[in-house]
Amino acid sequence: MTFLAALGRALLTLLSQIGRATIFAFETLSHMVRPPFYVKEFGHAVLTIGYFSLPVVGLTAVFTGGALALQIYSGGARFSAEAVVPQIVAIGMVRELGPVLVGLMIAARVTSSIAAEIATMKVTEQIDALVTLSTHPAKYLTVPRVLAALIVVPALVGIGDIIGILGGFVVGTEQLGFNPGTYLKNTADFLEAADIWSSLAKGAVFGFLAALMGCYFGMNSGRGAQGVGRATKSSVEAAAVLILAANFLLTALFFSA
Amino acid sequence: MIELRDVHKAFGSKQVLRGVDLFVPKGESMVVIGGSGTGKSVLIKCILGLVQPDRGTILVDGQYVTQADRDAFLARFGMLFQGAALFDSLTVWQNVAFRLLRGSLKRPKPEAREVAIEKLRRVGLTPEVADLYPAELSGGMQKRVGLARAIAAEPEIIFFDEPTTGLDPIMSGVINDLIREIVTEMGATAITITHDMSSVRAIADDVAMLHGGKVRWAGPVGQMDESGDPYLDQFVHGRADGPIEAVR
Repeated sequence: MTFLAALGRALLTLLSQIGRATIFAFETLSHMVRPPFYVKEFGHAVLTIGYFSLPVVGLTAVFTGGALALQIYSGGARFSAEAVVPQIVAIGMVRELGPVLVGLMIAARVTSSIAAEIATMKVTEQIDALVTLSTHPAKYLTVPRVLAALIVVPALVGIGDIIGILGGFVVGTEQLGFNPGTYLKNTADFLEAADIWSSLAKGAVFGFLAALMGCYFGMNSGRGAQGVGRATKSSVEAAAVLILAANFLLTALFFSA
Repeated sequence: MIELRDVHKAFGSKQVLRGVDLFVPKGESMVVIGGSGTGKSVLIKCILGLVQPDRGTILVDGQYVTQADRDAFLARFGMLFQGAALFDSLTVWQNVAFRLLRGSLKRPKPEAREVAIEKLRRVGLTPEVADLYPAELSGGMQKRVGLARAIAAEPEIIFFDEPTTGLDPIMSGVINDLIREIVTEMGATAITITHDMSSVRAIADDVAMLHGGKVRWAGPVGQMDESGDPYLDQFVHGRADGPIEAVR
C-alpha cells in the first residue's frame, strides 16, 4: 500500500510538473510576440548559446563523424558494403547524430548554465528586484534565451553536420583509402534537401526545449545552494529526455512512409 | 498612505500572516519589527504584489493594489533588498540606472549614467565605483548601491528589507543615517523591516511589531520603551525570558 501511495504521489508530481512546464512554454511563446523586447539581452544570449558553443559542437561532431566512418567501414565489410561509407556518414550525421548530439551538448552546456544562473538570481532575490523595477522576468530572462536558442541551435546543427561529414571524410580518405573527389561526390549526390531541412527543424525544436527547461527549472528553483543544484540537475535531465523523445517523434513525422 | 486590512498569507500548512492591519501615513517612516520568520518580508512582498495574499485588502493612496496598473504602480516604489539583489551581469551604474535604461522611465544612456553617478555620490560612493561589477564590492558598498538603485527614479514609497543585516556597527550606522536623510529629503513614505533596534531608533517615526502573524503593537517610536506590552518589551530589550519563545 505504501509503495502504491508513493507511486501515485510520484505520478501526480510528474503530471503537475508537465502541466506547469506546458503553461510556462505557452506563456513564453505569448511573451515572444508582445513588447517590450530586450534586444541587448537577446544579442548576449545569441553569443552565449551560439558562438561560445561552437568549440564543443565542432569537437563532438568531428570525432563522431570519424568514428562513424570507421564503424560503417568495418561493419560494412561483413557484407562487402565498405563503399557506402560516404553516404551513410552523411545521412547518419545529417538526419540523426548531428541534431541529437548538438541538442544534448546544448542541454549539457546551455541548459545547465541558464538554470543555475536564473536559480541563483531567484535565491538572491534578483528576480523580485526585476519585478520591483517594472521589468517582467519572463520577458527579460526567458524570452531572449529561448528565442536565441530557437534561432541559433539550427545553425549549430548545420555546422555540426558539416564538421561531422568532414570528420568522416578525413578518416575515409586518410585512413580507409577513399578517393577525396569520389567521397565528396557520393556525399553530395546522396543527401536530399529534406534531410537538411529535417536536421535544421530538429535543431530548432531541441534548442527551444533546452533553453525552455533551463528557464523553467531556474524560475522554479528551491531555496539555497541545494535548490540551485537540484534545479540545474533537473533541467539537464528534463532537457535531455525531451530532446530524445522529440527526436523520435520528429523522425517518425519526417521519415515514416 | 498605505493601508493593510486583515491580510492573511499561508505557505502550504504554515500560516505566516493571520490578519495584519497596518496604517502608514504619507511621508512617514514606519519600521516593522519582529522575530525571524514572523512574516515581515512577506508583508512588504504582499504590498508590492510579489506575493499574493490569501485574504484581506491592501490600499495605496486609497487604491486597491490589485486594481492598479502594474507598471504605473511599481514606478512609485523603490526597494532595498536584504542582500542588495544587484544584477551580477551589470556594472554598478547600470544597476543603479536600471529603471532609467528601459521601460516608461527610459532616458538617453549618458543622462541615465549621470543620474546613477549622482545617486552613488548621494550614498557616499565615488564615481570610480560606477564601472565596477557588484562582485567587486564589499557588503556595505553593495548595500549602498542597492540604496542608490532604490532612490534612482525618485520613488514616492521606499521599502527597506533588513538594511543593516550582515554589516558591522559602523557601516550599519552609516546606512541608517543615509536612509533617514534620504527619506526626509525626498518626503517619501518608507517601510523598513528590521530586528536591529539601533536601526529602529535611527529610522522610525512609527513602529509596528509583528508577532503570531498579527500586528502586536503599533505606535510612535517615542512610546516604544513605555508601551507596557510584554512582547514588545522583551523584543526591544533582547531578553531570552518572556512571552516570546526563544526556540521557534
